[in-house]
Amino acid sequence: MALAIHKYDAVVIGAGGAGMRCSLQLARAGLKVAVLSKVFPTRSHTVAAQGGIGAALGNMDEDNWHYHFYDTVKGSDWLGDQDAIEFMCREAPKVVYDLEHMGMPFDRNPDGTIYQRPFGGHSAKYGEKPVPRACAAADRTGHAMLHTLYQQNVRSNTIFYVEWMAQDLIRDAEGDVVGVTALEMETGELAIFHAKCVLLATGGAGRIFAASTNAYINTGDGLGMAARAGIPLEDMEFWQFHPTGVHNAGVLLTEGCRGEGGILRNKHGERFMERYAPKLKDLAPRDFVSRCMDQEIKEGRGCGPNGDYIALDLTHLGAETIMKRLPSVHEIGKNFANVDVIREPIPVVPTIHYQMGGIPTNIHGQVVVPKDGNPNTVVPGLYAIGECSCVSVHGANRLGTNSLLDLLVFGRAAGNHLIETALASKAWKPLPADAADRTRERIARLDASTSGEYAQDVANDLRQTMQKHAGVFRTQASMDEGVKRVMEIDERARHIALKDKSKVFNTARIEALEVANLMEAAKATMVSAAARKESRGAHTVNDYGDTPEFPLGRNDRDWLRHTLWYSEGNRLDYKPVNLKPLTVESIPPVKRTF
Amino acid sequence: MLSDTDYARLRWRARRGLLENDLVFERLFKRRGAGWSEDEHAQLLRLLELDDVLLWDLIAGRSDDWPEGTAEMVALLRETLRNP
Repeated sequence: MALAIHKYDAVVIGAGGAGMRCSLQLARAGLKVAVLSKVFPTRSHTVAAQGGIGAALGNMDEDNWHYHFYDTVKGSDWLGDQDAIEFMCREAPKVVYDLEHMGMPFDRNPDGTIYQRPFGGHSAKYGEKPVPRACAAADRTGHAMLHTLYQQNVRSNTIFYVEWMAQDLIRDAEGDVVGVTALEMETGELAIFHAKCVLLATGGAGRIFAASTNAYINTGDGLGMAARAGIPLEDMEFWQFHPTGVHNAGVLLTEGCRGEGGILRNKHGERFMERYAPKLKDLAPRDFVSRCMDQEIKEGRGCGPNGDYIALDLTHLGAETIMKRLPSVHEIGKNFANVDVIREPIPVVPTIHYQMGGIPTNIHGQVVVPKDGNPNTVVPGLYAIGECSCVSVHGANRLGTNSLLDLLVFGRAAGNHLIETALASKAWKPLPADAADRTRERIARLDASTSGEYAQDVANDLRQTMQKHAGVFRTQASMDEGVKRVMEIDERARHIALKDKSKVFNTARIEALEVANLMEAAKATMVSAAARKESRGAHTVNDYGDTPEFPLGRNDRDWLRHTLWYSEGNRLDYKPVNLKPLTVESIPPVKRTF
Repeated sequence: MLSDTDYARLRWRARRGLLENDLVFERLFKRRGAGWSEDEHAQLLRLLELDDVLLWDLIAGRSDDWPEGTAEMVALLRETLRNP
C-alpha cells in the first residue's frame, strides 16, 4: 500500500524548547513548517527546567558575556568548542529579551528589569566571585517558556502533528536528507514527510539510566534516527549528574536551592564544599559538586542509616523565602522524601540529569560529519538542536542554565540560517524509491515476531546495566565489562516480541521502537566511555586520578578531542576540539579548581 | 473495564514532561490497571489534558482548582502520591 506523503518546507521532530523556538522562527518567515511530537507540545520535558536561562544582562551586579564565556569553557573542562561557546554567550541577552517581548513572565526587580539569581559555576571577573546570571520565572522557567513558544507558534501557523513518532531519516543517493518517516499512534499508519530540511529536536536519552531525573519520554529518538542513518554521535560518554536528586526517587531539586543559599552537609553537619571549593563552595559546577558528594559518601561521611546520601539544608532560608522562591522544592520534599524542607534537611544524591553529547553540529545547527579529510562536512538537509545535538557548548560538563539557553540560541540560529540560505525558494529533492523501506522492515519484523522478550524487560535490564557501569563512579574494568553487557542486551533487543499486533494506539509497538533508540544511545555512551582513558568533567574514572602530569586525571596531551561513535561496526573516530573562539582570545586549558 | 485501546491511549497520555507526574501515574496504573468506570475514565482524560505543572499542583495539593467534575480523581491521585 502506498504511504501518505506530507510535504513541508521544514519538518521539526520534537516540540520542546529547541524545536518550538526553531519552528517559530521559520513560521514567522512564512515557511510551511510541521512539528512532530510524541506528546502534546506543552508536555515536553523542557517543562521540567526550573532554574533559569543564563545570560549576562548585568541586572544585579557587574557581568558581561566574556565572564559567561569563561565560565562555560572552564565548566566544559575545555572540551567545549570555543567558537560555539562565544556564539552562545554573545547571543544570550538577545534571546532572553526576545522571549521577554513574546510575553515570557520573568521574575522582576523593583525597577522592572529581569531578576537574576546566582547559580552554580556562574562567576564574575573570571572566577573571582559568584554573580547572579540566571533569568527565571519562579522555579517554573521551562513551563513558562514552553507556553510562550507554543502560543507564538499557534499564532504563526506552525502545524503540529501530536502523538506522532518519527522513525527514520530519508537520505537520497547523495546522502542528503529529504524527509522522514513517522508513525501516527492513533491509526498505527506509517507516513512520509517530504521536506527540504529536517530538524531533530528530540531531547536527550536520560532514560538509558535507572536513576534519572528525566521523564519517561526521553528515549533518545533523534539519536537513534541519526545513528541508523550512518551519522556518528559525539561525546556520548559525558552525562551530567545533578547533585540534588531526591534520594530513592530521582526527582530533581533545582539548583536554585543552592543559588538561594542552600547548603550541602555531611553526617557531621559539616558544610563540606568549603573544603573542596573555597571560593564557590556549594555553587561550584554540578560535576564537581557531584563528585565531592560521592567522595563524602565513599569516605563514610554520608547521612542516614546506610550513610548513602547527603543532606541539603534549606532551613536557615526561612519559610517565606522557600515558599516564594522555591515552592516546588517544598512540595517535592513533602511528597517524595517525607520531609518539610522548612524545618529539616532533605536527603539528596547525584542523579543522571543531562546528556552533553549528541548529534554533531556547527553553530548554525547543521549536522556535520567527517568526510574527505574535513571533520565537519555538512549533511545537506539535516539540522539538530537542543539536548539531542552536540554543537559543542557543554563539552565534558554543562554549566547550569546553559541548557535552556542552548535551546533558544541554537533553535533560533538554525531557523535564521535556513531563512538566510533561502529555503523558501529551494526545490524539494525527489524522494528515493526506497524512502520508507527501512522503517517498514523494522515494523514488519516486530509484527512477525512470535517469541522473544518484552520491550520493557530489555529496557529495564539496559538501565540497570548503564547505571552500574556508566554511573557517577566509573572504573576502567567496570566500563569494559559494561561494553560486553550492553552488546549482549543489544542482541536481545533485536529479538523483542510483540504480543499485541493491533495497529490502533498500540503502545507496545511504540515502546519497542523506543527501545531501539535507547539501545543506540546506550551503546554510544558505553563504548565511548570505555575508550576514553582519562578523567574529564562528568567522565571521572577512578583509574585516572590526580598526577603532576595529568592534574585531576585530565590528559590534554592524548584526549583533548571529541569522540565520534558510529552505530555501523560499533566503531569510534575522533576529531579535534576547536579552541579558537570567533573574535576573542582563546582560553587555554588549565587545571580546573574552584 | 476499559478496552485495550482506551487503556493504551490513557497510559500514553499519562506519559508526561515531569518525572513527578510519571511516577504518580505509574503507581496508579500499577494498582488499578484497566479497571476504570466510564466516569473515572472521563475524569482522568480531562486531568491529563492539563499542563504538567498545573497537574502536579493539583496532585501535590498546592492547588484546588481542578476542572469541574474531577474532584474524585484528584483525591485518588493525591492518595496515590501520599501512599506509594
